[in-house]
Amino acid sequence: MKLGFLVDLALCMGCKGCEVSCKVENEVPLGMWRLRVKYVDVGTFPETKRTFTPLRCNHCENAPCERICPVSALHYLENGIVNVDKERCIGCAGCVMACPYGAIYIDPETNTADKCTYCAHRIAGGMMPACVVACPVEANIFGDLDDPTSNISRYIMEHQGNVKVRKPEKNTHPKHFYTSGGEVNLNPLASKREEGYNLFNNITHLKHVGGH
Amino acid sequence: MVEHTTAATHAVVTLDVALPGIIWGWMITLNMWAKSIGTGAVLIGVYLLKKYGDRVESIKTLMPVVSFIFLNIFLLFTLLDLHQPLRMWHIFFYPHWTSAITVGAWLATIFTGIIFVMAAGRIMRKVSDEQYNKLMWAAFIFAIPVTLYTATIMGEASARELWQTPTELLQMALAAFIGGSATYLIFGIGDREIKRDLAIVLAVSAALSFIVYMGEYYFGAMKAEEVAATIAFVKEGGSYHTMFWVGQTLGYILPVVFVIFALRTQSNSLLALASVLALAGLWIAKHVWLVIPQLLNLS
Ligand code: SF4
Ligand code: SF4
Repeated sequence: MKLGFLVDLALCMGCKGCEVSCKVENEVPLGMWRLRVKYVDVGTFPETKRTFTPLRCNHCENAPCERICPVSALHYLENGIVNVDKERCIGCAGCVMACPYGAIYIDPETNTADKCTYCAHRIAGGMMPACVVACPVEANIFGDLDDPTSNISRYIMEHQGNVKVRKPEKNTHPKHFYTSGGEVNLNPLASKREEGYNLFNNITHLKHVGGH
Repeated sequence: MVEHTTAATHAVVTLDVALPGIIWGWMITLNMWAKSIGTGAVLIGVYLLKKYGDRVESIKTLMPVVSFIFLNIFLLFTLLDLHQPLRMWHIFFYPHWTSAITVGAWLATIFTGIIFVMAAGRIMRKVSDEQYNKLMWAAFIFAIPVTLYTATIMGEASARELWQTPTELLQMALAAFIGGSATYLIFGIGDREIKRDLAIVLAVSAALSFIVYMGEYYFGAMKAEEVAATIAFVKEGGSYHTMFWVGQTLGYILPVVFVIFALRTQSNSLLALASVLALAGLWIAKHVWLVIPQLLNLS
């Protein structure tokens, strides 16, 4: 079994329902994100368009975060999920340096690494990840990539030529796919980011407890 | 190129989370800097002892003592930088051998142990010449991977395209040669010939390091879009432009110039000044290189 994700960007309407449900389900602390929806505006007025891209851990098959972790706190589950053992983590932040997608943060409450686990605890109980359930337009498709009859496998087959991953040149073999996505959605360097004009610029970060 | 893509799409981020900021900061710089001196003192010290024998007798104690002090600074700040320092023991009980952090931690611990025995043995006069020799060679062999392993950690940090293992290996080795030679020059070790030797090691290492940085500065942008975006932070107008050039000037350009003058005028104080500048500049140069890839938005 190899669990994977696919987001159909043509369906996503940027409601951030997935983002909120993830925060609640996983008690993600203030200022930290396991999943977020990024808005990028494209074009020149009046010919403009807004794009929405949900971004989370890719559960890479060749994960640099797992490789660099000195104590195997980041490890593979049998279903392909890259999981975090918070009791094992020493907080060296090697994984934060290694993940090419900025998917890992150091939790200020536990002083350990954390990230999207595809809601491994829910999967173990036979449930879907919280973000999949919350999405009103079913833009998040989740399932077993090894099973050719699963929703996700069928979706990938049907959209051949239109399925992409982020930064394929990094050789990480992401298990998280996007359809109808372009450079602007998937490459952070393809858009200009002007600091000081975002909604969350003055976001309050929790101080690290006992850390630095 | 990033500029071209952006111009073509006129794409602007209009809503996103705040950037995470710098995660590996000055403590990691201090870690690398202190390690360069701790291992460099051994690499250069053994070279001096083999070449000049009794003429550098004093470094038989100085070498392990200086090395031990700087290795402890390195280990202390490695520990302090952990968000869970009390779990450091996990590295020894749950080692993950694909991680250069694990391999490095083990090697550095063994190396520090050897250096401790050498320093304590010399100070308490409990070690014979033959035993010292054996320990010295063991220390020399361990000093090589301990110097270099940080380059592999940087290589494993796949998110930071700027850091490539082959280049960083060279920079780590050169930093150790600078650290070792500068330390002995500051202590005024040896006669004129020995000082000349040390000064040449310092100047050549500084010059080579500078050349590698300049290679990255002028040609790095050709390699990859991410490198181009990272190098932009040290180019004109970038937030680390001044600090980068302060580091290059203090750490590499001035020491080379001062060494040339010092060798001509046979001025020991100029050699000591070149060494102090080299060590200060090394810290700044390493810090800039550590921080700039972390300013990039990764997703
Ligand atoms: S996206 Fe990042 S955190 Fe997730 S598996 Fe890949 S490297 Fe690890
Ligand atoms: S911060 Fe924790 S999970 Fe990340 S590499 Fe270090 S020990 Fe592993």
